[in-house]
Amino acid sequence: MAVDAGVGINEANRWRYLNHIRKTKGPFNEDAEISEDGPDPLQQSKILVIGAGGLGCEMLKNLAMSGFKDIHVIDMDTIDISNLNRQFLFRQHDVGKSKAEVASAFVMKRVKGVKITPHNCKIQDFDEDFYKQFQIVICGLDSIEARRWINATLVNMVDDEDPDSLKPLIDGGTEGFKGQTRVVFPTITPCIECQLDLYAPRAAVPLCTLATIPRQPEHCIEWAHIIAWDQEKPFPSLDKDDPEHITWLYEKALNRAQEFNIPGVTYSLTQGTVKNIIPAIASTNAIIAGSCCLEALKIATQAAPSLGFNDNFMSYDGTEGVYTNTFKYEKKDDCAVCGSLAKPLKVDPNWTLRELLESFATNAAAQLKKPSIRTEEKTLYMQFPPSLEETTRPNLDKKLRDGLGLVEKQEIAVTDPAFPLLSFKFILRFS
Amino acid sequence: MLKIWSMKKEQQKADNADAAAGKKKKVTAAQLRVQKDLSELSLGSTMKTEFPDPDDILNFVLAITPDEGLYNGGRFTFTFNMSQNYPHEPPKVRCQQKIYHPNIDLEGKVCLNILREDWKPVLNLNAVIVGLQFLFLEPNASDPLNKEAAEDLRQSRDNFRRNVKTSMGGGSVKGNPYDRVLVNHHSYFHPYYDQRGGSSAGQEGKDFEEHQGRQDQGTVEGRG
Repeated sequence: MAVDAGVGINEANRWRYLNHIRKTKGPFNEDAEISEDGPDPLQQSKILVIGAGGLGCEMLKNLAMSGFKDIHVIDMDTIDISNLNRQFLFRQHDVGKSKAEVASAFVMKRVKGVKITPHNCKIQDFDEDFYKQFQIVICGLDSIEARRWINATLVNMVDDEDPDSLKPLIDGGTEGFKGQTRVVFPTITPCIECQLDLYAPRAAVPLCTLATIPRQPEHCIEWAHIIAWDQEKPFPSLDKDDPEHITWLYEKALNRAQEFNIPGVTYSLTQGTVKNIIPAIASTNAIIAGSCCLEALKIATQAAPSLGFNDNFMSYDGTEGVYTNTFKYEKKDDCAVCGSLAKPLKVDPNWTLRELLESFATNAAAQLKKPSIRTEEKTLYMQFPPSLEETTRPNLDKKLRDGLGLVEKQEIAVTDPAFPLLSFKFILRFS
Repeated sequence: MLKIWSMKKEQQKADNADAAAGKKKKVTAAQLRVQKDLSELSLGSTMKTEFPDPDDILNFVLAITPDEGLYNGGRFTFTFNMSQNYPHEPPKVRCQQKIYHPNIDLEGKVCLNILREDWKPVLNLNAVIVGLQFLFLEPNASDPLNKEAAEDLRQSRDNFRRNVKTSMGGGSVKGNPYDRVLVNHHSYFHPYYDQRGGSSAGQEGKDFEEHQGRQDQGTVEGRG
């Protein structure tokens, strides 16, 4: 008996079970959120997914299937054959294509009514104006550097006069059988930088071991990567995604390994060592991505309380059975990104820099006797080292606005060797 | 959407804070940390910094002119580059001259443990600078980067000292030409310093420990 799939399908039924959760009144949602005619938060939330790899593929699928309609995704990578076991939006014929583009196309084809906009580039290619358009940012990244960058960007974007400038950041991460989900409300709850010491530093091998007597296959690869490449410069710059470059390193490392009788140098080990590839398991990714997307759904719809204000960190360990622990990570007062948010400082624009510096000595909030002072792009005055003191000394007699070009709302950073643990950030307000 | 903003306002009221976000570019975490590190440097008379672009404090050059030890009379410059990831990542340090040193290779790469495997974010530029200074006072032959120089030092300290002198004058050692790094340094005229050069580890070691005492931070080893 043939059934015509086009007939008799009620589109609303597609979302019936999700809506049952969303539209039932509970202690956490408000009338507007459950009313049938009210604005649909999922229709209105534009969400950004950073990374379209192991976590990203799961996240895109989950978000689309949770009813988010407007999704953007950023990933600078192309698809490698080793991705196919878990990055299920990719097929063998996609190898070499952009992850963001292939993943977007696949999910849009599968889930009716979702619009996914791919960006095949680095997160650093965009500025605040781009990130401003989203309501939620969700990350499935494999690098600490990228996490720190997006975290600092979102924290710095928060404008006290504009509620829309505050974007919740959901961060997922996995390594083998372990993973974590965190939610950051920038400037309100602890940021990624506050939690930086949770990362174990990558074990580095002494340069001399690499240069003289390697013991492990990784030493030979690092030798090719750090020493041989520099000496021979076979290509202008190392592209870790270019198979030709990796092959060059692999052959160099293999020769060296044979010289020292070290077995185990392979092409994939070379790639893994050079790119610092972290073990990835499909199910761990699925669990963590699932948890991240639940948080996104709860933040957007208020259907249940999300991670954030109280507990903000969920750790997961599947090594022996299942262990998870959700807890509250504390904000750091001296966090370099969110701990010393700039305080307003009233100054006369006609003051000289010297007058400003002298004012710090009597400023109750600062009390600095030997302040050094910079903006993001300009070294205004440094007390030390002598060469820098000498070049910046002429600035002392210049006026803040007309001489140095400082403007209203400019951020300045002030340090003083008497307070090695403190630094001050101020926002200039002209009186 | 979750009412995050009202939470923020409540928190601000509680903190009584008047945090004001600026529209201009903000000072980055790395810049702030380097600014702090620089204003706390203790350079002494044998070291000098140069900033090719004074507004870019993440890049500078350090000149070391040792006034004792085997490398007395030379002037060595090192480029320092801190990424936006500093201090989570160590500074990148390179010697700009081709010099004859067991722990510095011909490309200028420096083998100092705290620049690599023993770097910690609590260390600072001062620790690195003290470490570099130490390399000139106590070249270390046991874990070399320049194997020939290390072998030379191991076999005969006098021979090594002669070869260092030759290389610093711009001469060749074992067929390898080196950059001339000699300057007219005051202590260059002190034969006393020249003579004690090799066998004065005790005194130099003590100086270094004193530096370390002030630093109160991890151990620095000159490693190959």
